[in-house]
Amino acid sequence: MIEIENVTVRSGAFVLTNVSAVVPEGDYAVLMGGTGQGKSTILEAVCGLRPIESGRIRLDGTDVTQWKPANRNIGYVPQDLALFPTMTVREHLEFALRLRRASRALLRQRVDELADVLGIGLLLDRRMRGLSGGEAQRVALGRALSFRPRLLLLDEPLNALDESTRDRLCELLRTIQKHNGLTTVHVTHSRSEAKLLADRLFVIAEGHVRERALADLNALCDAPETADLGSSPY
Amino acid sequence: MSASPPDVTSAAPQLRHKAGSDIPFFVVLGGIGGSYIVLIVLMLAADLAFTSPVHIEQALQKPEIQYAVRLTLITCTLSALLSIFVATPLGYLLSRFAFRGRWLIDTAIDIPIVLPPLVIGLSLLILFHLPLGGTNLEELVERYLGVRITYAEPAVVLAQFSVACAFAVQTMRVTFDQIDTRAEQVALTLGCRRSQVFFHVVLPQAWRGMVAALTIAWARSLGEFGPILVFAGATRMRTEVLSTTVFLELSVGQLEAAVAVSLVMVVAAMAVLGVVRLLGTRVMA
Repeated sequence: MIEIENVTVRSGAFVLTNVSAVVPEGDYAVLMGGTGQGKSTILEAVCGLRPIESGRIRLDGTDVTQWKPANRNIGYVPQDLALFPTMTVREHLEFALRLRRASRALLRQRVDELADVLGIGLLLDRRMRGLSGGEAQRVALGRALSFRPRLLLLDEPLNALDESTRDRLCELLRTIQKHNGLTTVHVTHSRSEAKLLADRLFVIAEGHVRERALADLNALCDAPETADLGSSPY
Repeated sequence: MSASPPDVTSAAPQLRHKAGSDIPFFVVLGGIGGSYIVLIVLMLAADLAFTSPVHIEQALQKPEIQYAVRLTLITCTLSALLSIFVATPLGYLLSRFAFRGRWLIDTAIDIPIVLPPLVIGLSLLILFHLPLGGTNLEELVERYLGVRITYAEPAVVLAQFSVACAFAVQTMRVTFDQIDTRAEQVALTLGCRRSQVFFHVVLPQAWRGMVAALTIAWARSLGEFGPILVFAGATRMRTEVLSTTVFLELSVGQLEAAVAVSLVMVVAAMAVLGVVRLLGTRVMA
């Protein structure tokens, strides 16, 4: 479970004030809103990458507001993926486990498991250069899932993908989340993604976050920014 | 949008237009830029015309010059390694973290670059001999580390390092500026300490920049003359490096030897610059 209580966070001249939201254990929350509304800023604050000015963030009942990102046990997939250019796909999947001093047997088991679920078994010895958008996306997801985080944060993870890849990845995300009962926050401005994935819907506008009923989804007008497709970062 | 779009089919006459040749542009730019290249080439050509392989061979056979070549290679390598060892952490800190009083550090790092090298040497000399409660830094170092600095080999390395390191810091800082910080942030969420981020994520991406910084520091050290002359002296078979050799030969009227040694340095510098060009200052993306 994740509880955001009256959080105020600043990103340059831009401020989000008194943001409150609760995502219950095991739910898939979708956070929608136009470009520049601060969706990514909220995720960064939850990860601990952006200091908050006031308020609290609780994960599974524990106040983690002052914790380092490293200790929060959150799997984070940023919008630009931020893969490690010098590492192979396998090294990405092993990275967090090596930090946790996993045994060789565990490393192998976990890498095989992830590669199987994500369908990247044939890419394990490749580097990031030359991976397709969908492949890079799955590597970033695998890296975030590798250490069995208690929370998964996805920042527009399907943005740069063509439609069929996007649908397949939606299905994959849903399967992984159901299978692991992983509390997930997924930022997007696509209504179709929200329809496919959301247990809960949050909408951010003008510095505030509100929970909306899923039934409201059709009434929300797509922001014009929905059309802006980011290019693949690789 | 309610306003009607501007009428682009107005009655204004269509003006005929034909872009002229681009050749004059390139001729002028090439002419201005080329004059400098010509100057460099002419200088080297004059050196070559003045000397002969015999002169170079004779110069290289002198034991003092052989010693200077050896000392130059050793001191340049040492000061370049020392520079990169210091410049990597400093460049990273300056690239990544904002802190109070940072402008002071930025300015301090630029001092060795803007100051006349001779002044650096003089400042080192004064630093090591300033009275410090009945003793001085030179004596303290000699007492506790057992080495003489001033007018000895360590002074050569220290004089080279004082200037070369500033250039290495600048290179490393640009290198780290060019590396995306997002991967570092994700590494933090994966459970890294800052040190683990630095060694596992940042440094592997910085190696091209490190090679470039190392080479620049090496080349700077090779060209260092003023500070070495002041702080290390120009004692033959002791603190004489190639740049000092040129000066010493010149001062005793041995113009041929001075030019021969200069050409040896040109070859060394070009080899080093070639490595930089080859690797590029571009950081691996």
